[in-house]
Amino acid sequence: MLSAIHDFKLMLLFGGVLCLLVILTVIGRILKQDHNSMVSRSTADNFNAQIAAWWKICVVFALSLLVGPVGSLFLFAILSFLALREYMTLVPTRRGDHRTLFWSFFVIMPLQYYLVGLQWYNLFAIMIPVMACIFIPTSIAVAGDTAHFLERTTKIQFGLMVCGYCLSHVPALLQLKIPGFEGHDARLLLYLGIVNQMNDLLQYVWGKLIGRHKIAWRVSPDKTWEGALGGLVSATALGTLLWWATPFTPLQSAGMSFTICILGFAGGLVVSAIKRDIGIKDFGAVVERRGGILDRIDSLCFAAPIFFHLVRYYFAP
Amino acid sequence: MSEGIHPIASLLAAVARGITGVQVQWAGCEPDDRQRIYFANHTSHLDFVVLWSALPSEIRAHARPIAAKDYWEETRVRRYLAENVFKAVLVERGAVPKANSHEESKFVGRSLIEDMAAALGERNSLILFPEGTRGTGEKVGEFRGGLYHLAVRRPDVELVPAHMENMNRILPKGEYLPVPMLSLLTFGKPIQVEPSETKHAFLERARESVSGLRRIGSA
Repeated sequence: MLSAIHDFKLMLLFGGVLCLLVILTVIGRILKQDHNSMVSRSTADNFNAQIAAWWKICVVFALSLLVGPVGSLFLFAILSFLALREYMTLVPTRRGDHRTLFWSFFVIMPLQYYLVGLQWYNLFAIMIPVMACIFIPTSIAVAGDTAHFLERTTKIQFGLMVCGYCLSHVPALLQLKIPGFEGHDARLLLYLGIVNQMNDLLQYVWGKLIGRHKIAWRVSPDKTWEGALGGLVSATALGTLLWWATPFTPLQSAGMSFTICILGFAGGLVVSAIKRDIGIKDFGAVVERRGGILDRIDSLCFAAPIFFHLVRYYFAP
Repeated sequence: MSEGIHPIASLLAAVARGITGVQVQWAGCEPDDRQRIYFANHTSHLDFVVLWSALPSEIRAHARPIAAKDYWEETRVRRYLAENVFKAVLVERGAVPKANSHEESKFVGRSLIEDMAAALGERNSLILFPEGTRGTGEKVGEFRGGLYHLAVRRPDVELVPAHMENMNRILPKGEYLPVPMLSLLTFGKPIQVEPSETKHAFLERARESVSGLRRIGSA
């Protein structure tokens, strides 16, 4: 599947990402060395960790393009598994949840990705929202422990929804059949990734530069109105400028980017609220070396299914 | 007896590490191949394999688990795993300090100490779960007396506390299929029996040295 290399616009998009990463890496180095700057040490370390994560994502993404759709499917299945693992590790469960958790990890999640791989849209779209939603409370009830029953059901269901179901819509983009856009779906995937991650970064940068008014300081002390709006406007502008790589017109691209940014913001806020509830700062802070995946993909998880459905409904009849 | 590592042991160690994604932290001492007794909380069948696999290989070759004879001799597979694969020291379970039948607990206790001291020898280290059985993971249970008697008998051997988190959620007592959550393993500062310290006081202090290593809030 080396067709990806012959997709000039895809290579242009990817090349642009790499150039940007090189620039960001240089900025990161400067921030780290410049002790007198107004940027604190921890901010610089944070920034550099994010850049390092993006390099890794780019390498894996490039490899998955070479392997083809199956490669992306595997990549995101592994990501889902690791994210769910991180989530379940830190969300308290009870002894009676053990078998339900086993089913979640080893049956429901692989099945979800298998169905995406089969391109069986009607089934993968209801697999977790409908079938798992019925299976999980049943399975917990069979285990016989009724304490906090509804809470436990919700915890597991939500973990499967966010880490499994939502994320599986990213590789599902590769099977959309858009007239006049055949064989170029990888660009859509990259488009989603760029707008989503740039929104995260720009929100952060705008927040650091001019952030004054907190949105929900109890949930996330870093999120400000200035940061959110600055990120929204600038990332939407960036997404609009990338219309040439998509099946969208510039105006449609603006609408799509706007949606991706709003949902990304929602994802970040919701996952922050979960972290406050559990009483941790970052998922990665507790399980350092292997953790932090959920911190990076929270915004993507919320944006992916909606973006998928919008594109499918309007562009792939 | 403990020369070389059985290939099945290495395989199981790799599998256990993969499932538990264990993150090891040496918080109170460094890995060292001097003779030590590692004692830890016990909530899962995976505990020993994970703790053992966390030791550097040259130490691992000389680290033997203490395991309950009644359980590990019950079936042929268990016996093979315990005796051949992990070279476990199979002992009668140590007595709970406040056992009712005083006579019997003393008798069993003595042979237990003999067996463990013999297993230590001049070269080996031991891995011991002083609670004597797997707990629910909510708190570290009361320690049995073997650790104290062994410590008094071999003051030259370092006593290293270790605490494992989340193992009870990965493979709890009574389950046979694991859930791949992440676990933490923390080695603490070595302790020793203070002069004039009573057995009860020492065991309580040893228990606290383990439970004090907990890193995540109550599960």
